[in-house]
Amino acid sequence: MIEQLAIFSENKPGRLERITSALADAGVNIRAIQVASLGDMGVIKLVVDRPDDAYRALGAPAAIRKIPCVAVRVPDRPGALRDVAAVLSRAGVNIENASGFPTSGGEAVLILEVADVAAAEKILADAEFRVLDEADFEATVA
Amino acid sequence: MRADRFYDPRETLDHDALRSLQLERLRWSIAQAARSPHYARAFADRGLSADSIRTLDDLRRFPLTSKQDLRDSYPFGFLAAPREAVVRMHHSSGTTGMAVAVFHTQHDVDVWAQLVARSLYMVGLRRGDVFQNMMSYGLFTGGLGLHYGAERIGALVIPSGAGNSRRQIELMRIFRTTALHIIPSYAMALLGTFDEMGLDPRAELSLRFAVAGAEPYTEGVRKRLEETWGADFYNCYGLSEMQGPGVAFECPEKNGLHLWEDAYLAEVIDPETGEPREEGEEGELVLTTLAREAMPLIRYRTRDLTSLLPGPCPCGRTHRRIARIQGRTDDMFIVKGVNIFPLQIEQVLMSMPQVGSNYLIVIDRDGYADRLTVRVELTANAFLGSIEQVNALRATIAERLRQEILVRPRVELVEPGTLPQSEGKAMRVIDTRKDEPGP
Repeated sequence: MIEQLAIFSENKPGRLERITSALADAGVNIRAIQVASLGDMGVIKLVVDRPDDAYRALGAPAAIRKIPCVAVRVPDRPGALRDVAAVLSRAGVNIENASGFPTSGGEAVLILEVADVAAAEKILADAEFRVLDEADFEATVA
Repeated sequence: MRADRFYDPRETLDHDALRSLQLERLRWSIAQAARSPHYARAFADRGLSADSIRTLDDLRRFPLTSKQDLRDSYPFGFLAAPREAVVRMHHSSGTTGMAVAVFHTQHDVDVWAQLVARSLYMVGLRRGDVFQNMMSYGLFTGGLGLHYGAERIGALVIPSGAGNSRRQIELMRIFRTTALHIIPSYAMALLGTFDEMGLDPRAELSLRFAVAGAEPYTEGVRKRLEETWGADFYNCYGLSEMQGPGVAFECPEKNGLHLWEDAYLAEVIDPETGEPREEGEEGELVLTTLAREAMPLIRYRTRDLTSLLPGPCPCGRTHRRIARIQGRTDDMFIVKGVNIFPLQIEQVLMSMPQVGSNYLIVIDRDGYADRLTVRVELTANAFLGSIEQVNALRATIAERLRQEILVRPRVELVEPGTLPQSEGKAMRVIDTRKDEPGP
């Protein structure tokens, strides 16, 4: 399991800059980013190399939440996400949100938000996917 | 025991003694008012004088006095004492045409200090306490008004004035402040400074209670303040036209404010018709001074909305209580033909722990239609991580507000700590409709 950060933000010029500046100043590296916006509000989701440092850097009084996610390492080739999705859908697990990024070693990391992280990890591990914990994730992205 | 619980024996005068003291003082006050140019004319026009008063009800034969009357007679039209007897004046922030000056003789300043001392003693201030007065000193009555009352009790008074949040907190810490006088919206704002400084007011201060006044606030705000500060908050009422703070004050029962009836005579009227309202019915508070020499005011319309609470108070004081101020007649705004008071909106917001204590009401026009927007901070803990959740919360707030004010406002949720903080009275309503040509 890894943790993704979700940050509530007004949808206004300068907001993303402010957040990313705070992370840059703290030496935190962003691995993946998603922005969901609805009119004047938005939620920014970040996968970073050091979530605890990022959480502190963004700090009070920000509305920020750590969201547990499944991280899976897959080959960087067509159909890799499909294989993961197929296993989960057979087991009746709904993927609420997903993102991913390629690694330097010709592989990719998929980040999945699901209701029950532990259950989804077990299903994927049983199907012989490489599920990453925090330490594996750091080693993969380092 | 009795002597210890009450500062002043007049606090517990029985009903008849209090009414007869009021009658005697009312006759004196009418005679005194008649020395001012304004009342001399107003009474003569109607054939009224102190002799018109046989019972307290006879006061209703006298005309109401409005704030506009004070403005029209600026600066000396209500002065009833010789100029050389005046030792202090306070002044509103308005410009000429809108300004009001209020004068005090030494006697007036002494009575004021006595009422404030009585009020502060009631909520527990004693010799040995450290009383930090975070109200603006100067033309505004908030600072000096409570200062002399607290000194009269023998407390150490820190006249820290308004603003400069970090220094306020440092003073509270170093001198172990036990009691505060503060504007409620500033008490909310200071919580942000505690956060920045990494201090917990519940753990690191010696505070027992705070007196919060100068702007109306809801019971919801009081509860939030008491939880976050870890101290009792008492409501204080006053207006500069009467004296300033200390006209009415909450006792430890926290159920209404004792209006000091030996110094003020209270009526509650229908603001539209001027007809009296029954006990328990809301209306506009109208006050007559009973002990002021320099500037007696007869049947002054405060524009504050409240009701007289029925029944005796368990604390033993006999002076009648008024309900927490529900708003001001001139705070009301009309959106799409519906009358709305800002405190109705505050009441709904404070019932929802998902939103912060700071809020802003913006009224503008969308084409020819009025548009009402309520901007409020999402609290950090209430955010669960998805845009859908925030949007659902926004819809819930809009619906709760619609149930209360009968208009569905646009709700804007903003990040914690981003709405402007004020060090003085909070600016809660921005109405830009006046700046544009109407439909």
